[in-house]
Amino acid sequence: MSERSEIKLTVNGRTYAVHVEPRRTLVDAIREDCGQTGTHIGCEHGVCGACTVLVDGAPVRSCLMFAVQAQGKEIRTVESLANGDELNTLQRAFMEHHGLQCGFCTPGFLMLVTGVLEREPDIGDEDLVDILSSNLCRCTGYQNIVKAVRAAAAELRLRRTA
Amino acid sequence: MASPTAKPKAKFVGRSVTRLEDRPLLMGRGRFAADISFAQQLHMRIVRSNFAHGRLRSVDASAALATPGVYAVWTAADVADIPPIDFRLSRIEGLEPYRQRLFATHFVRYVGEPVAAVFANDPYLAEDAAELVILDVEELPSVLSANEPPGEFEPGRSTEPAIVRKGYGDVDAAFRTAHAIVAATLSIGRHSGVPLETRGAIARYDAARDVLELHGAAKVPHWNRDQIARMLGRPSASVQLYEGHVGGGFGIRGEIYPEDVLTCAAALRMRRPVKWIEDRREHLIAANHSRQQQHRVRAAVDRNGRILALEDQIFYDQGAYMRTHAATVPDLAAAMLPGPYRIPAYRASAHIRLTNKTPCGTYRAPGRFESTFVRERLLDAIAAKLDLDGVEVRRRNLIAEHEMPYARGLETLGTDIVLDSGDYAKLLDRALEAVEWPRLRETLAARRAAGELVGAGVALFVEKSGLGPSDLVKVGVNADGMVEVVSGSASVGQGMETVIAQICADALGVDYRKIRVTHGQTDLIEFGMGAFASRVTVMTGEATRIAASAVKAKAIEVAAELLQTSAALLDVVDGEVVRTDTASGPSVGLGAIARALTPGSKLRHGRAPGLSAEGWFHSNHMNYPYGVHIAVTRVDPDTGAVEIERYLVAYDVGKAVNPMLIEGQIVGGCAQGIGGTLLEEFLYDDRGEPLSVTFADYLMPTVREMPAVEVIISEDAPSPLNPMGLKGAGEGGANAVGAAIAAAIDDALGEPNAVTELPVTPLRVKRLMRQAAKQRNSKQPNIS
Repeated sequence: MSERSEIKLTVNGRTYAVHVEPRRTLVDAIREDCGQTGTHIGCEHGVCGACTVLVDGAPVRSCLMFAVQAQGKEIRTVESLANGDELNTLQRAFMEHHGLQCGFCTPGFLMLVTGVLEREPDIGDEDLVDILSSNLCRCTGYQNIVKAVRAAAAELRLRRTA
Repeated sequence: MASPTAKPKAKFVGRSVTRLEDRPLLMGRGRFAADISFAQQLHMRIVRSNFAHGRLRSVDASAALATPGVYAVWTAADVADIPPIDFRLSRIEGLEPYRQRLFATHFVRYVGEPVAAVFANDPYLAEDAAELVILDVEELPSVLSANEPPGEFEPGRSTEPAIVRKGYGDVDAAFRTAHAIVAATLSIGRHSGVPLETRGAIARYDAARDVLELHGAAKVPHWNRDQIARMLGRPSASVQLYEGHVGGGFGIRGEIYPEDVLTCAAALRMRRPVKWIEDRREHLIAANHSRQQQHRVRAAVDRNGRILALEDQIFYDQGAYMRTHAATVPDLAAAMLPGPYRIPAYRASAHIRLTNKTPCGTYRAPGRFESTFVRERLLDAIAAKLDLDGVEVRRRNLIAEHEMPYARGLETLGTDIVLDSGDYAKLLDRALEAVEWPRLRETLAARRAAGELVGAGVALFVEKSGLGPSDLVKVGVNADGMVEVVSGSASVGQGMETVIAQICADALGVDYRKIRVTHGQTDLIEFGMGAFASRVTVMTGEATRIAASAVKAKAIEVAAELLQTSAALLDVVDGEVVRTDTASGPSVGLGAIARALTPGSKLRHGRAPGLSAEGWFHSNHMNYPYGVHIAVTRVDPDTGAVEIERYLVAYDVGKAVNPMLIEGQIVGGCAQGIGGTLLEEFLYDDRGEPLSVTFADYLMPTVREMPAVEVIISEDAPSPLNPMGLKGAGEGGANAVGAAIAAAIDDALGEPNAVTELPVTPLRVKRLMRQAAKQRNSKQPNIS
């Protein structure tokens, strides 16, 4: 189709020079060109949120953004959350509260919540549920995702004030 | 004092331990189908029919073939030697001619049917080229309803390939002498599992070993391996399937579809790896749909509401072809309809009918979500007709605990239905107590009197689980003390690795975190039945216990020699063989025992090498968990939207290995049930064009639609069919949602028998409200 151009994408602090068509979606570039397959594709039309990543700190559906649009921005994916093999607070809360089953939607939820809690650490429970309603999970019925996210938010708040 | 023959202490079974599966999934290290790639791979894109029914005159691929980067385009002629996809379960006579071939040949029969495939170096390119393939189709009239008389599938073949008949007792006599007859026509909408991960298949032919590999396998890898081998004319040992992470199963994922076989055939013939990843639109029109059926049901009852006979005619909309499940769904619907009730005489006929829509298969609680809706609607109708309380009518008909085991006189999935154990009335009481039923009813009545449209509904059901006939598990201890469990079962995200590790941990005497559970790899174990029918915890769990117990016995026997003591004084605790008669004293680790059993070890003393064993578990019967759902709903009088204020599931699983995971299964199943009850429906226009092709049209529940589900896990009725008493937990959360919510909506509207069709969308609720208003005037119930 159209000409490829070389762009630089910064994913989890590492810069990748990738050769992409203008139409290449950000999620394809992250997965195929940068090799970070933790971000998943669930619907390719911005509804399910499985592909949610942070772009300059804001949760973004990476299936609805072109790779070229992310040039010069900081992209963060699920691979950035753990410290080596050590799970972070949110990841641990998902494990302890059984907030995942098949795990396909999980990276999207983790990044959605990470973005929200960084910006609004004192977000109320109801608003949090509103935010969570932007992503789909087909396994858990959400109950344990809500529990995990509330627990993580509370723990992070406590740590901040301690 | 413990001895090796004493029952091992349960340290892990019964506890809500965290999952072994979670770490890689939380860290973005999972390996789902799309994450698998091989050098030099081709990308396959399917060209699909845009017509629901038509004569396929020609396929012009010249423009696609001329596109740079396109390697090949295949149509039916290229795979004419490959037979249609065969049946895995419930094969009955007459269905064979309706099986699906890899590509449409002379006719296209649903929108989404594969007609051609483009193979290109890049997925974007493959998609571009696929749009250049021109299909010349002469449109024919479509059959879109299974409720109308059958049409023509092809010359000489009707769209009704078979009727499944089941029954016992003198139904006609019962209806002749009944105090009353209660009848209803009830419909369940077309919806499906719709996992968040779409399907995917990556095939690779290793010419050096002459092995065809299929990656992205799920659910039933061994069966699929044998089928693919047969279809491609290869020995099954030269075909291997590899299961990675699977982004949700729910019945639909992991069955063999045309695309799976196409990637394999192409990889073999093109000698390059072939990758296919389905997009969401494809998934919604090409992967199995499910559920759609209409029931014309009637009951003969005595004056006390006791059922004398039940008769049901089922019209099952299979879609365009018979897929791997053959007659499974209508068979289960007919076989499980009686549920937890004593039905003295029964007759069901399930008409399997083909339509020009996406073909169907199973979806979580197949046939039971549907038949529970029908049966429980009928129970409510009986109560309304005789002016009795719905709960009381149920009580009068429940099979009592002392009647167990209860032979139904019906069979399904090649097994006789013998309800193995259960105290249905006790669980009903427990569920009603949990919601304070009488008080709840009063509160709702008061709110209704104040003008709110609120109501409650109760539904009971019997599930089935633990389908045999067999499972094989290998357990081995490595020299480093780590334990490996290899099973031919599969994981679809349900947590089987953890559950199997818990069972192994207790049987062997190790920490469950020291156990690695491998599944879904056909080259590591010769037998496997996979993950379906809530069978894994029961069948694979028992095989694991048997194998692990044998490993433990061998470890103790060797340890007795090494420690020069009597085996009767030894036990395995935390991976160490220790003396049970003294707190201190010598001990030996399982790793050391494994080292003593290496082939060259002098300590082996003629024993078979290795600290390992196989365990087979066989079972000719399924077992039958059971449950109660209670829903409280509020109907918005303006929009017709149904809000679930409260939801309770009580479920008896015999023995709970990991209550946290069971609760997860129940709540997740419940969410899917709520989807099928209120939101999800595959709709078609009058030419058979699918209208539900994105997540903006096909609505699945978000966290906003989900109530806080209260879960009661009971262990009143361990299964007598396996030593641990296990029953499966995968499907009870979904089973009765349609039934319970329908009853709650009736109650909210103050109109018995109002809901006759699922899903109960706001549009349908508004229609019901208008009908209810009209009926209040004319007193004409729509169920008589």
